[in-house]
Amino acid sequence: MELLEHLSLGFSVAFTAENLAYCLLGCILGTLIGVLPGIGPVPTIAMLLPITYVLPPVAGLIMLAGIYYGAQYGGSTTAILVALPGETSAVVTVLDGHQMARNGRAGAALAIAALGSFFAGCVATILLAGFAPPLAEVAFKFGPAEYFSLMVLGLIGAVVLASGSLPKAICMILLGLLLGMVGTDVNSGVARYDFGIPELQDGIDFAVVAMGVFGFSEIMTNLELRDQRINITGKVGSLYPNKQEFKEAWAPCVRGTALGSALGILPGGGAVLSSFASYTLEKKISKTPERFGKGHPAGLAGPESANNAAAQTSFIPLLTLGIPGNAVTALMIGAMTIHNIQPGPQVMTSHPELFWGLIASMWIGNLMLIVLNLPLVGLWIKLLKVPYRILFPAILVFCTIGVYSLNYNVFDIWMTAAFGLIGYVWAKLKCEGAPLLLGLVLGPMMEENFRRALLLARGDYTTFVTRPLSLSLLILAAALVVLVTLPAVKKKREETFVEED
Amino acid sequence: MQIKNKQDFWAGVMFVVLGIGFALGATQYSMGTAARMGPGYFPFWLGICLAALGAIVSLGAMSSKATKTPMEKFDWQIVVVIIGSVTLCGVLLNWLGIYISIFLLVFLSSLASHEFSWKVAAATGFFLVLLVYGAFIKGLGLIFPLWPTFLTN
Repeated sequence: MELLEHLSLGFSVAFTAENLAYCLLGCILGTLIGVLPGIGPVPTIAMLLPITYVLPPVAGLIMLAGIYYGAQYGGSTTAILVALPGETSAVVTVLDGHQMARNGRAGAALAIAALGSFFAGCVATILLAGFAPPLAEVAFKFGPAEYFSLMVLGLIGAVVLASGSLPKAICMILLGLLLGMVGTDVNSGVARYDFGIPELQDGIDFAVVAMGVFGFSEIMTNLELRDQRINITGKVGSLYPNKQEFKEAWAPCVRGTALGSALGILPGGGAVLSSFASYTLEKKISKTPERFGKGHPAGLAGPESANNAAAQTSFIPLLTLGIPGNAVTALMIGAMTIHNIQPGPQVMTSHPELFWGLIASMWIGNLMLIVLNLPLVGLWIKLLKVPYRILFPAILVFCTIGVYSLNYNVFDIWMTAAFGLIGYVWAKLKCEGAPLLLGLVLGPMMEENFRRALLLARGDYTTFVTRPLSLSLLILAAALVVLVTLPAVKKKREETFVEED
Repeated sequence: MQIKNKQDFWAGVMFVVLGIGFALGATQYSMGTAARMGPGYFPFWLGICLAALGAIVSLGAMSSKATKTPMEKFDWQIVVVIIGSVTLCGVLLNWLGIYISIFLLVFLSSLASHEFSWKVAAATGFFLVLLVYGAFIKGLGLIFPLWPTFLTN
C-alpha cells in the first residue's frame, strides 16, 4: 500500500522529539491565544507567524498547523463558556454549547465539542492523505492558463461561500490583487507602486496586512464595544457526557464530519459554511427541533465536527494545488514561500517529508489537543477572566514585535499601523478582510500565470476558453456567481447565515 | 436620487478612487502587448475592473431597492491612541531601545480603554517588558536595539 508507506514516512518525520515539541508548543500557544475572547484563528496565526520563521520549514509548518487547531479548539471553549465567538464558525457553537453550559453541563459540552472535533479530525486527515496524491496528479497537467482559471475559481468560490455582500467582496479581492502588485516585477525588474520607498520594493508582506487588518482593527472595534463583561460559567461539572447526551451526539457528529469534509475541499469559507449548514441539517432532521437553541447536544456536536473537518480538508487544495481557500490557508501559503517552498503539486514530490510530516502531525496535533484541553479547562477559565484592558496592549506588543522581526525594520511597524487604520475604516464600511488577504497572496502568482499563458498563446485571449480544462474551471466560476445572484438562492444564502441571529 | 445604503456607497467610492489610482499609476510603467506584457499591463486592467465594480456598488447603494444602512460611528479617539502609540513605538524603537518603547506602547495604548488606570497600565507595561525579555530576546534570540543609543555609545 502506497498510502501506508507515505503515512509511515509522515509519522517518522512527525515523531521526532523536535517536531513533537513544536507541534505541542503550537497547540498550546494556539489554544492559549484562541481562548482569549474576541481573537479568532486568523489574528492568532498572524501574530505567531514570525516566531515560526526562525524554525526549519517542516517544524515551522507543523507548529503553524498546531497553532491553527489550537486556536480553533480554544475558540470553541470560549464560545461554550462565555458565549463570545472568536470567529464566525464558532457563532453556531454558542447557540447550543453555551446553553448546555448554562444548564450546568459545561464539562459535557466541552467534551462533546472536543471529541467531535477529534473524530472529525481523524477522518479528515485520512481523506487528506488519500485524496491529495490523485489531485496533485491532475494538477500536474495544468498549464498557466489552467492555473489562472483555477485561481479565478478559487477566489470567486471563496467569496461566494462566505457571508456578506458579493460585489464588495469581489472588490476586496481585486484590491488585494493590486496590493500584491506592489514591489519589484519579477519579469522586468521594474519596481511598481513603490513611491520611491526602498522597503516597498520587496512588496507588502502579507503578515503586515493580516496583523493590521485583523489584529489592530479588531482591537479598535472591540474597544468601542466598551468591554461588555460577561459572567463566566464558573462550574464546569462532569467532563463526561452522560449516556443520553452521548447517544444524541454521535450521529450528528458523523453527519457533521461528512458534510464538513465535503464542503471544506471547496474553496472559500468552508469552515463557516459547514457549521451553519450542519446546524440547519440537524435541526431539520431532528424529531425535536424545538430543543435546538436550548442546549441540545446534537446542535453542538454536528457543527463542531463539521467545522473541524472542513478546517482539515481545506488543506487539500492548499497542499495539492497551492491555492488557499480561506484566510488561514492564505497565511500558510505565505509561510511556505517564506521558507522557500513554492506551494503546488510539486511539494509532494520535492518535499515528501514536509508534505507527509505535516499530514501526520495534523493527526498528532488533534490528539494532543484532546489530551491537553480537557484537563486544562480550569486554566483556560482563568485566562478568560483576564480583563481586556490588559489583554489588548499585550496583543499590540506581540504584533509590533512580530512585524519588526520580519525584517528587523521599523518601517514594517508603520505599515502595520497604517493597515490597522485602513482596516478600521473597512470594518466600518463592512468590507471583509479575508478576500483581500487571499488576493494579496495570490496576486503575484496570478499575474505570473496570466502573463505566461498569454505569452504561450501569442497574445490570444481565447486561450482561456479554448483549452477545455481552463474553460470548465471558468464556467464553474461563472456558474457560482450566477447561482448566488438568483433570487431564490440569494434568499436561502442570507437565511443560512442569519439563522438564529 | 438618494443614498440609501451609506456603507455601500462610500465603500464603492473608495474602490473607484483606489482603482483609478492604481490604473493611473500603472500607466507610468511600460504596458507591452498581450503577448509580451509589460509591468503595467496587469495592474492597469485590474485597476479598471476595480473602479468599474466599485461604481456598480455605489450605484446599487443609491437604488430605491437598497436597504437603508447608515454609517457606523467612528471613534477617532480610540483610533488615534492605538495607531498613534504603535507608530510612536516604531519611531522610538531605534532610538530608545526595545524596553522603553514597549513600555510606552503599553502605557499609552492603555489610554484607549474606558477603564484606564495608570497603576494597572504601568504594571501591565512592566510585565510585558519582562515577557518580551524572556520570550523574544532570551527564548527566541531575536535581535533588538535594547537600550537608548545615547546611553550605550
